[in-house]
Amino acid sequence: MIVELGHFALVMALAAALVQGTLPLIGAARGDGRLMALAAPAANAQFLLIAAAFAALTWAFVVSDFSLVLVTNNSHTLKPMLYKVSGVWGNHEGSLLLWTLALSGFGACAVWFGGNLPATLRARVLAVQGLIGLAFLAFMLFTSNPFLRLAVPPLNGADLNPLLQDPGLAFHPPFLYLGYVGLSMSFSFAVAALIEGRIDAAWARWVRPWTLAAWVFLTIGIALGSWWAYYELGWGGFWFWDPVENASFMPWLIAAALLHSAIVVEKREALKAWTILLAIIAFGFSLTGTFIVRSGVITSVHSFANDPERGIFILMILAVFMGGALTLFAARAGALEAKGVFGMVSRESALVANNLLLAVAALVVFIGTVWPLVAEMLWGRALSVGEPFFNAAFTPFMVLLALILPVGALLPWKRGDLPGTLRRLGPAAALAVALLALVWAVQGGGPVLGPVGAALGLWLVAGAATDLLGRTGRGPLMQRLGRLGRLPRADWGRVTAHAGLGVTIFAAAAMHAWPVEVIRVAREGESFALGRYEVTLADVTEMAGPNYTSTMAEMQVTRNSSPVTTLYPEKRIYPVQAMPTTEAAIDYGLFRDIYLVIGDPQEGGGYAVRGYVKPFANWLWAGALMMAFGGLLSLTDRRYRVAAGARRAAAPAAQPAE
Amino acid sequence: MRAILLAVLLLVAGPVLAVQPDEMLSDPALEARAREISRQLRCPVCQGESIDDSNAQISRDLRLAVRERLVAGDSDAEVIDYVVARYGEFVLFNPRATGSGLILWLAGPAMLLAGAAIAIAAQRRRTRTPEEAALTAEEQARLEALTRE
Repeated sequence: MIVELGHFALVMALAAALVQGTLPLIGAARGDGRLMALAAPAANAQFLLIAAAFAALTWAFVVSDFSLVLVTNNSHTLKPMLYKVSGVWGNHEGSLLLWTLALSGFGACAVWFGGNLPATLRARVLAVQGLIGLAFLAFMLFTSNPFLRLAVPPLNGADLNPLLQDPGLAFHPPFLYLGYVGLSMSFSFAVAALIEGRIDAAWARWVRPWTLAAWVFLTIGIALGSWWAYYELGWGGFWFWDPVENASFMPWLIAAALLHSAIVVEKREALKAWTILLAIIAFGFSLTGTFIVRSGVITSVHSFANDPERGIFILMILAVFMGGALTLFAARAGALEAKGVFGMVSRESALVANNLLLAVAALVVFIGTVWPLVAEMLWGRALSVGEPFFNAAFTPFMVLLALILPVGALLPWKRGDLPGTLRRLGPAAALAVALLALVWAVQGGGPVLGPVGAALGLWLVAGAATDLLGRTGRGPLMQRLGRLGRLPRADWGRVTAHAGLGVTIFAAAAMHAWPVEVIRVAREGESFALGRYEVTLADVTEMAGPNYTSTMAEMQVTRNSSPVTTLYPEKRIYPVQAMPTTEAAIDYGLFRDIYLVIGDPQEGGGYAVRGYVKPFANWLWAGALMMAFGGLLSLTDRRYRVAAGARRAAAPAAQPAE
Repeated sequence: MRAILLAVLLLVAGPVLAVQPDEMLSDPALEARAREISRQLRCPVCQGESIDDSNAQISRDLRLAVRERLVAGDSDAEVIDYVVARYGEFVLFNPRATGSGLILWLAGPAMLLAGAAIAIAAQRRRTRTPEEAALTAEEQARLEALTRE
């Protein structure tokens, strides 16, 4: 009965979305206040109905209601409760339901927090949001209904893919979806502004928090996924340039560009058309990402849940929304007169360079991702594009971006003084170059990746520190340090995120540049060297878990014969899906992770074992968290909390230009 | 029946962890080259895994073949050509920058140059606009009169 109520709620949500997507739009065009006022209750209703449907589906998973096709295919009575719940979105239908839940949630947020928006803009934003909801609810109800029943329910289910039974992956999709879907708000604002034919500083001020929130969610989601791959897949890789990873990375890059270009619109009323275009493209990449993941058009490690036929439907949604928005853009972009004038050397120009580099980086990822498809369609050639290509083609743009970032962040608006800015960055540059030389010397020559990564990382962190200190004005150093606490959170957010990027770049370079790896056979009681450490395979035991059996090794790690840690790597077999997984054992450290894996028993006795020392692995996630936290700080800046945004936006030059 | 099926499946899916110790060459330099090559070759039957990471039987065969060629004295390029000749360019993770492959490699730099050109052109146009809309002679005279006061 509860399942039927959920199904019914989903159909009602479709009706609510239909009302939300059409009547307010007509109302805004005719100036009919009553029709426009329909948008808010419709958006609330759509959200509540989808939330009810989601709750019903979750309930079905929790009680293991195997009369539902979805529960039968993706759950099992023996599965721990956490994974019964995360099983709701560990499949195509359920993940779509989560997608629409997030979508309608953002729409509802626009109702709750959008009280100061002009009535017509608000109606149009909610209407566009409603139309997107309509498309996805129709997609779900017609091709991917999560509430389909089985005539003869089986006694037990087929279980969730064991690789997905993991806490890191339980929360990875929700964050990613909140990010993907959050970009729908920027899209709705862009389309609404194009319909209105008016974009000003106030518009940018409303759009920025939504983009920022989406970007923060995407950052966390991507970091969680990368962390999961690191500890779960068994060889300590953290990024594989897999199509599905790329699908989340492209919107992240474009959202980062959009964040920065919206600043220019907000402060200087320039780059308007470009910002609108970015907002459209960002959501376009979100939809493309959904398409890639859900259609399985580009097969990848991740396509656990895909169906090519449904891909056509998503492709149509993509074509309608992108085609419609871009047509509107072509028709209206000319009317978006830029006001702000700026010199060739200015923060505006630096942000244009930032946007260019981020957009090109996203394009490289995009082309690399779809290239096998294009080559097969155009030339009938089956080829692959993988990690070596992306590392070579993508990295140079990131290096350029990291090089100009501290300079751009310090340049004043309108017209800057490049020599003066570079002088202020002198200490940061000197530190970075010194580190480059030091690392080069310690490493004893060899590949440049390590030294360059370390220098770029320090350049970004020291540049952020220079930026922060520069905000404290003049006077004795102690007085200036005292002013740090009174700086707006937006300043703290900016420097935290920029420093976080530096930490991430450094960690990624370090993990690639200084790997320590041992692959060998070890008998019980045997010891072997792993970098500076000595590892002993003390014992191997067989044991049973709740829904798997495990071969667990006890491995003692020592350094200069003093014990460091004892690790218990496992090899598990999940009998329901007949699938083996490796559970690496990791000793997390500030400067290195010790990463041990147990493999198969060997014919001549002993076990295959693998050991890695991963330098600065934790810095990678720490850097990503810093970026997300920086975004969060910016989001909680006073000017967003105070509803005076609209009024203050009347004087966009209020911010002192350094 | 189900139990037999399960047993068979377990045998078939017996976990293998990518590169095995018994495959590795005793010469560290040669082995390092083999690993580097393996990372650039895609497992023909898996979803986006290199033969270095893959657990499939064919990947194991390819890893052994790569090492055999290396021991026979082939250069890295010759080993890669050897595998490509048998399995096609599908196994190359790093597509060759020849023919249509050039589009893939040059798209990024080309777009950067085009974007930079557009940005600079737009910049020039923007800075010129206010000059065109400069003060008329009459306004200029009034401004001078005002500033003289």
